[in-house]
Amino acid sequence: MRTFLGAAVPVGFVTALLFIPYVLLLVHSFWRLKGGAITHELTLENYRRLFGTDLYPDTIFFSAGIALRVTVFSLILAFPLAYLLAFKVRRHKQLMYMAVIIPLWVSYLVRAYAWKIILGQEGILNGLLQSAGLIDQPLTFLLYSRWAVILALTHIYTPFTLMPIYAVLEAIPPALKEASQDLYANRWQTFLRVILPLSLPGVLAGSTFAFVLSMGDFLAPQLLGGNDSALMVSNLVWSLFGVAYNWPLGAAVSVVVLLLTLFLLWLANRVEIAMNYGGQSDRMIGSVRGGAAV
Amino acid sequence: MSQGRAPRDRITTTLWVVGTAVFAFIYLPLMVVIIYSFHDSPIIAWPLKLGTLRWYTALTHDRAMLSAALASVKLALLAVVISLLVGVPGAFVLDRLDFPGKTAFRRLVLLPLILPGIITGVALLTFFSFVGLRLSSGFPLVPGWPVVLGHAAALTSVVITQVYARLQRLDRAQEEASQDLYANGWRTFLHVTLPNIRTAVLGAGLLVFTLSLDEIAVTFFLIGRQNTLPLHIWGLLRRGITPEVNAASTIIFLVSVLVIVVWARFLREEVQT
Amino acid sequence: MAPLLELRHLTKQFGAFAAVDDVSLTIASGEFLTLLGASGSGKTTTLRMIAGFELPTSGEILMDGADISPLPPFQRDINTVFQQYALFPHMSVRGNVEYGLRMKRVPRAERTMRVKQALEMVQLDQLGARSPRQLSGGQQQRVALARALVNRPRVLLLDEPLGALDLKLRKEMQLELKHLQTSLGITFVYVTHDQEEALTMSDRIVLMRQGRIIQIGSPRDLYDRPASRYVADFIGETNLLTGTVVESKNGEAALRIGVDVLRGMSDGPLMPGAEAWLAVRPEAIAVRPPEGGGSGGNVVSATVKEAVYAGSAIRVHAALTSGQRIVAHVPAGTSVPVGKMVRLAWPTDRGRFVPE
Repeated sequence: MRTFLGAAVPVGFVTALLFIPYVLLLVHSFWRLKGGAITHELTLENYRRLFGTDLYPDTIFFSAGIALRVTVFSLILAFPLAYLLAFKVRRHKQLMYMAVIIPLWVSYLVRAYAWKIILGQEGILNGLLQSAGLIDQPLTFLLYSRWAVILALTHIYTPFTLMPIYAVLEAIPPALKEASQDLYANRWQTFLRVILPLSLPGVLAGSTFAFVLSMGDFLAPQLLGGNDSALMVSNLVWSLFGVAYNWPLGAAVSVVVLLLTLFLLWLANRVEIAMNYGGQSDRMIGSVRGGAAV
Repeated sequence: MSQGRAPRDRITTTLWVVGTAVFAFIYLPLMVVIIYSFHDSPIIAWPLKLGTLRWYTALTHDRAMLSAALASVKLALLAVVISLLVGVPGAFVLDRLDFPGKTAFRRLVLLPLILPGIITGVALLTFFSFVGLRLSSGFPLVPGWPVVLGHAAALTSVVITQVYARLQRLDRAQEEASQDLYANGWRTFLHVTLPNIRTAVLGAGLLVFTLSLDEIAVTFFLIGRQNTLPLHIWGLLRRGITPEVNAASTIIFLVSVLVIVVWARFLREEVQT
Repeated sequence: MAPLLELRHLTKQFGAFAAVDDVSLTIASGEFLTLLGASGSGKTTTLRMIAGFELPTSGEILMDGADISPLPPFQRDINTVFQQYALFPHMSVRGNVEYGLRMKRVPRAERTMRVKQALEMVQLDQLGARSPRQLSGGQQQRVALARALVNRPRVLLLDEPLGALDLKLRKEMQLELKHLQTSLGITFVYVTHDQEEALTMSDRIVLMRQGRIIQIGSPRDLYDRPASRYVADFIGETNLLTGTVVESKNGEAALRIGVDVLRGMSDGPLMPGAEAWLAVRPEAIAVRPPEGGGSGGNVVSATVKEAVYAGSAIRVHAALTSGQRIVAHVPAGTSVPVGKMVRLAWPTDRGRFVPE
C-alpha cells in the first residue's frame, strides 16, 4: 500500500504537471482564435497557416540555420578542450573539468548580455580596436545581428557540448590507445581510427543538445539579435503568446518545434545504434543535463 | 600516451594553446561583467575606470532589486522542497518498479531537460490557464503558485536523474543484509538506503536551487505580479546596462559558484563511495 | 647465436620509487620466457618497456643488437596481448585482427588470407563478423591473440592474458598457448603472478621481486634448487624448517631443530652454529607409523594436527617435537591418525638448504 502511495505521488505529479501541459499544448494547436477569444472547436487552420505562408517555415529554417552554425562552432571549440582535459591534464583533472562546467549552471543571462558590453558601439571590442588605431569609427555591425547571436550562443553552449564528449573520451580505456600503437598505428592514425570513432556518441549527444537548445533559445536573440531576432522561432512563439495573443497559432509553432526536437533525438539515437554503440545518447542527454555526468 | 614523461611535441603544444584559448573564451565574458561592476561611470563603455564599490552599495538601496531577489529565493526554496518530495520517490519508482508505461514515464521526465525552456513554459501556461489558476494566486506569500509549480515540474527531472543515477550505483547487498538482520522495508530505507543516497539528494537540491534562481524561459510565461531577479534584470537590460546590473550579476554569479562548488564536493563523495 | 632480445641494466623510476631496478636479461629466439612475480615486482613494467609503453629511466633494450628503447611502439617488431584484451569495440573481430596489417599497408588480398589463417589458428573463423561485445571472455582472449600473431612479430608479449578466465578454461588455454608457441617458433615473453602457470608453460622463468631479478632458470631449476627462501616459498608449496647448523661438508649439512637433526643438500658451506633454512617439498615426505625400522634419510617424530582431503592427495599438517609446523602430501586413501604421533621420512637429497 505504501509503495502504491509512494509511487502515486511522483507519477501523479509528473502526469499532471508535465504530461497534461504538453498534451494541452498539442490540443491548443488545433483550436482557433475567434474574435479575440480562444474557441474550442478543432481545426487544422493553424497548421495550414504555418505551412501555407512562407513566413513560418522561413523562421524555422532561419533558426535551424543559426542553430547549425552554433553547433558546428561549439564542436570545433569543445572537442580540443575535451581532448586536452581527458588525455593531457594529469593533475587536478577533476578541478579543471569543474572549472569548465561551472559557467553552465551560472547565470545564463549574464553570459548573454556580457556580449552586449563587448560588442556594443561603445563596447570593449570597439574601444580596443579604436585605441589600437585599427579603426576610426566604431563598428556598428557587431551587435544586433545574427552573428552576435551566433557568437553568444556558441559561447553559452560550448560547455554543454563539451560535457558528453569529455565523458566519452574519459571512458576510453588507455589500453586501447596502447593496443593501437602496438599494432603499428602512429599517434595520428590512432586518433583517427580509434579515438575519434569512439568519441562519436559523445559528439552526437553534444551536438544534439547544442542544436536543440540554440534553436529554441529565447534570450540571446532578443538581447543581441536586433532585427534579425524577429526571424527566430522563439521570438515568434513569444510574441504569439504575448502581444499577438494568438495562443493556438503559438501552440502550433511550439508543437512543430517540439516534434522537431523529438525527431532529432530519435534520429541521434538511431544513428548511435546503427554505429553499434547501443543507444547511449538518450541516457547521456538526460544525465548530462541533470548534472550526473560530472 | 602512457609513455611516462613523453616529450612535448608540436601537436600537444597546439592542443594546449587551443584548449586554453577555448577556456578563456568561456570565461572572458563573465570576467568582463565582473570587472565592469567596479566601473566608475554609469555608462558602460570603454575605457574602463576601475575602483568603485558604489554600485554594490546602490544595490542595498534598490527596493525593486531586493524584492525581486527575495522572490527568487522564495521561489527557489519552494522549488527545491517540492521537487525533492516528488523527485526522490520518482527516482525510486524508476529504479525499482516495473509498470506499463514506464519507458514513457522515463522519457517524459527527461523532456523538460532537453526541450527549449520556452516550449515547457508555454505548455505550462496553457495548463494553468485551462484549470483556471491565476498567475498571481498565492501572492504575496509566494510569487505565484503557477510559477512555483512550474519550476518544480521542470526541475523535478533534475532530481530524478541525479538520484536515479545514485540508486543504480547502490549496492543491493547492503539492503539485503539489513533485511537479513531483521529490519523491515521501511526501516531498511530509513537506516540504510537513505543515508547512502543522502549526498545525491542534497546535491540535487543544491542544483535545483541554482537552476531555479537562474530560470528565465519558464518563469517568463508563468510569473504573476512579482518579478524574479533574472526577469527584473532582463527588464533593466532592455533599457540599457548599468554597472549596477553588473554588480547584481556578479553577486548572483558568486553565489551560484559557491553552491555549485558545494554540490561538486557532494558529487565527489558520491564517486568515492 | 646472438640473443634476440637483451635487456641491459634496465631501470624505471617513478619519482623516488624504482619499479624496475637494474634488470639485465637475455632472451633467445624461440623461447618461452616467463616473468614471474607478485604484484609490484616490476614484471609488468618490464614488459611494458619492451613493448614501448614506458620509457626506461636508464638502460637499454636491444633487439638483434640494436637499441630499440627510443623507438615508439608502432615502430617495433613486437606485439602485445593485453591483460583485458583491449579489443576495439567499434570494429568487428575481423576488423580487429586485420588492424595491424592495415597499418603496415599489407595489400588487401594478402590481408584477407592472413586474417583467415589467424582466426582459424585460434578456432574463431566462424565469428569474424561479430562485435567483441558479443563474445565470451575466452573468445575475446583468442581474438586478442590472433590480432597480435597475424602480424608475425619476432616477439610476442603477453600480460597476464589468462587472469580473467575460470580455472578449467585457464588450464586449457595454457596448453594451447604452449603448443602455439612451439609450433610457430615465436619468442613469447609472458607475465604472470601464478607460479603454477609459469611452471607449466615456460622454458625459462625469471622470478622478480621489488623490481629486481631474484632467480632465472628452468622451471625445474627454480623448483628443485631455489636460490633463496623467498623463491622456495613462492614456487610451489614447501616446508621451510629453521634451526641451527650442526655441521656442513661435501655439499651436505645438518640442521638441529630442538631434539631433531635433519640433513639436506647445500650449495655452499654453512657456518656451524648459524641459523639456516631447510626447504623440503611436501610431496617428498612420507608418513610412517611411529614404530618400526627405518631406511636412510631423515626420520622425525611428529604429531598430526589435521588431515585435509584434497581430491588426489591428503595434506597432513603436523608439528615436530620442537613445535615447528610441517606439511606432508600423501596419496588419497592413506589412513592418517589425526592427533596421534607418526614418523615423517624423506631422503636427504630431497631437502635443500636455502639462503635468506
